[in-house]
Amino acid sequence: MYRQAKFSEPLLREKSVSQRVGYSLPEPLGEPVTIPHSLVRKELPLPELSEVDVVRHFTRLSEMNFGVDTGTYPLGSCTMKYNPKITEELSTLFSGFHPLQDESTIQGCLEVLYNLQEYLKLISGTAAVTLQPAAGAGGELTGALIIKACQKGRTEMVVPDSAHGTNPASAHMAGFDVVEIPSNDQGTVDLEALKSAVSEKTAGLMLTNPNTLGIFEKDILQVADIVHDAGGLLYYDGANLNAIAGICRPGDMGFDIVHFNLHKTFSTPHGGGGPGSGPVGVCEKLKSYLPVPLIGFNGKDYSFDYDLPNTIGKVHGFYGNFQVAVKAYIYAVIMGSDIRTASQMAVLNANYLAENLKDHYEMPYQPLRKHEIVLSCEKIKRETDCRALDIAKRLLDYGIHAPTIYFPLIVHEALMIEPTESESKEDLDTFIEVMIKIKNECYTTPDIVKEAPHNTAVGRLDEVKAARNPVLAWNQI
Amino acid sequence: MRYIPNVSEQELMLNQMNMTMEDLFKDIPDHLKGEIPLQPPMSDLEVSRKIEATVQKNKNMLSFLGSGCYNHYIPSHIKELLSRSEFYTAYTPYQPEISQGMLQALFEYQSLICDLTGMDVCNSSNYDWATALAEAALLCERSTGSKKFVVPDLLSPFRKRVLTTLAPDLEVVTVSHDERGHIDLEDLKEKVAHAGGVYVEQPSFYGFLHENLSSVGDIVHDASALFAVGVDPISLGCINPESSADIIIGDGQGLGLPQNFGGPLLGIFACKKALLRKMPGRVIGMTESESGERGFVMTLQTREQHIRREKATSNICTNQALCAVAAAMYLATMGRQGLKEVAELCMRNANYTMRKINDIPGFESPIFNAPHFKEFTVCHPQYKNVHTHLLRNNIQGGFMVNDTTAIYCVTEMHSTHDIDALVTALEGFHV
Ligand SMILES: Cc1ncc(COP(=O)(O)O)c(C=O)c1O
Repeated sequence: MYRQAKFSEPLLREKSVSQRVGYSLPEPLGEPVTIPHSLVRKELPLPELSEVDVVRHFTRLSEMNFGVDTGTYPLGSCTMKYNPKITEELSTLFSGFHPLQDESTIQGCLEVLYNLQEYLKLISGTAAVTLQPAAGAGGELTGALIIKACQKGRTEMVVPDSAHGTNPASAHMAGFDVVEIPSNDQGTVDLEALKSAVSEKTAGLMLTNPNTLGIFEKDILQVADIVHDAGGLLYYDGANLNAIAGICRPGDMGFDIVHFNLHKTFSTPHGGGGPGSGPVGVCEKLKSYLPVPLIGFNGKDYSFDYDLPNTIGKVHGFYGNFQVAVKAYIYAVIMGSDIRTASQMAVLNANYLAENLKDHYEMPYQPLRKHEIVLSCEKIKRETDCRALDIAKRLLDYGIHAPTIYFPLIVHEALMIEPTESESKEDLDTFIEVMIKIKNECYTTPDIVKEAPHNTAVGRLDEVKAARNPVLAWNQI
Repeated sequence: MRYIPNVSEQELMLNQMNMTMEDLFKDIPDHLKGEIPLQPPMSDLEVSRKIEATVQKNKNMLSFLGSGCYNHYIPSHIKELLSRSEFYTAYTPYQPEISQGMLQALFEYQSLICDLTGMDVCNSSNYDWATALAEAALLCERSTGSKKFVVPDLLSPFRKRVLTTLAPDLEVVTVSHDERGHIDLEDLKEKVAHAGGVYVEQPSFYGFLHENLSSVGDIVHDASALFAVGVDPISLGCINPESSADIIIGDGQGLGLPQNFGGPLLGIFACKKALLRKMPGRVIGMTESESGERGFVMTLQTREQHIRREKATSNICTNQALCAVAAAMYLATMGRQGLKEVAELCMRNANYTMRKINDIPGFESPIFNAPHFKEFTVCHPQYKNVHTHLLRNNIQGGFMVNDTTAIYCVTEMHSTHDIDALVTALEGFHV
């Protein structure tokens, strides 16, 4: 069993003591400046703490948090793989440079960006890559805006019912009407449904492959033909690239636009929710639509390339989450051709879980999966009243982070499990053992499951109360 | 492979499953599987040498750049605390009970930003200031039904480009400025008709402080539009946040994050309570456990993409959470006195430098006769040559907005020695 640290840690404001300081600053230069009276800040209600207070506070908070470095984190669709420490250390070497420095003084920064562009082109089979989008959803919006710019008059974006919520949300933000198509009984795109959904209004289709069930869309070439024949473009949501990186390429499958989640496939840490990075690659005919600038290289010098006649504009204030890109680049260099091994082992680990859990949990749709599996707790719920949520909470008691739950929407009571290549066989065996144990608990001692978690910093939290009567800052307490 | 433990176990696992590695990939059509010419893997030492050599191709300069990315002091303990891997290797706190650390830190971030900006609510981050501006414009549209959005002509070209890119269906209209750079109120009265929102920045992109923002707010509200204000959060240590604002956005990068060549940044997004249900992004709320203990959860998720899909208030999912935690650490460290002191220090150092530059024959600084915070304009008829001259002296001057004008930024990081070096170099410029 696991026990998480528990501190009744007060809020910063509650720890504040009048006149206490935690900083030191040098003397100012020149004369004091008079600020016009109407602009002077009269009250600044910030807490007052010493450096020690701040350090203990956040150290304690960190101990009440669970990361990949703490233990197994099989959060489906999120690729919670191990984040190598050397990428953290080396990436800080670039931290002091300013984005608007003269090109001649930042050749190193530009070289990293250029090399990453080239690497991502190679691994995805696309012709040009922008590193500007700050996360996957930002990449989707960039892609949708490119589709909008070159598909004038076409108003519909087709999205499967298994898609992640960001897909329809991004398509809508770009101004498209979203057309949802059902999956077939294999859990893949229903070709007939797709055929009847596409028309002269279709701007494109957004697809994840392998899809959110972890199933490879084996009819992908037919899917591409149907969309292309209707005059649409094919968009690849790269959230699941960790199943196929180095093995096959979205560009070869017929995708015109591809986004990458560097914080998934390329191992940059998720930061407790971000920052990530969501580069976008496109085929040759769409290159001129990419956001400006790209990074160019003439064989001698690196430079910003603003020469993209159809550019949609800019999607980030500067060049995206540069430091995240640096970490991903270092990871790619370290892995080299071993990226293929990473994908193979990610797929092996997922199927190993499927093989060992299939007699205990239902796994709708076909058995062969790629990097993740989706189990259903519907039968358990019917028979014991324990829901996927309860099982997820109970996993926490065993020191394992819960899988993604209730997604994809087409599986009821879903547990979406992505072990990644980072988990050892022992960790996988422990996970299997705990999953079986919890299932048994559902039948024998269901209250333990329904009242879980018991071993975390706090017990189950009242989310309904939080939404009904929102307290979103300490001045509302 | 050092990050993949099961390479040595794979035969055993495959045997147990009665499968081969090929079997696991038989669902992928063969003709899609091709050899990709990847490089051989590298050891830690080799990659360190490679990256260190690449960094050497950059030049360390004495820099006076700002314009949306700032060099401020970062206390060592913030870097140390941010490297706690329980924070940085976690993801979005979908399971609140095991993620109280991140949730409390983000709740504290939201609270500190509310205190700093005077707003009622704040989300737990957008990507950056520029994307926050686009989200603010879309929020104004959602709230008022009007697609017209008014921005100042003296706006960052980057932010403006991101706004028009991400919100292509909005009609973005610019309002002009008077001789002090301030929003031209007469022009605003015209432009505000039927607008959904009006946006201004305090301090402006050119570094000066508007003294007429409450009049701007009145005009905006008289026209039933929403008033959005972009801020430099450091300035709020000594400058009042505009109380008539409905939305306050900005970049929190200066609050504890390095420049990092422009990213990660931290998009601040705060607003009045009335706009809460239409606000983009994740929000953390306080609640209780079943036994009555205090705890924190992500809340009001019915606005978000994973529930609302195409009807969500935004598509944002992964955000800049760790950057928000850095900002919370920074604001807690500086506190009431420290933020005021650092703001005054920036203002004093900048004004000192501005006067010194203005005294150099041929140079004019600033263009606009108004109080300036930490950025200001430097003009010279041949500024382009001045820029090259400075580079030769290992100085990176300000951001050139045109051939004769650059925007300089001076903060607490600049010493007397740095300012003297700049002034001496500028004095040494001869046409
Ligand atoms: C399938 C899928 N698509 C898109 C996204 C969105 O990516 P991001 O969170 O980087 O914006 C996610 C991330 O959670 C995902 O799992």
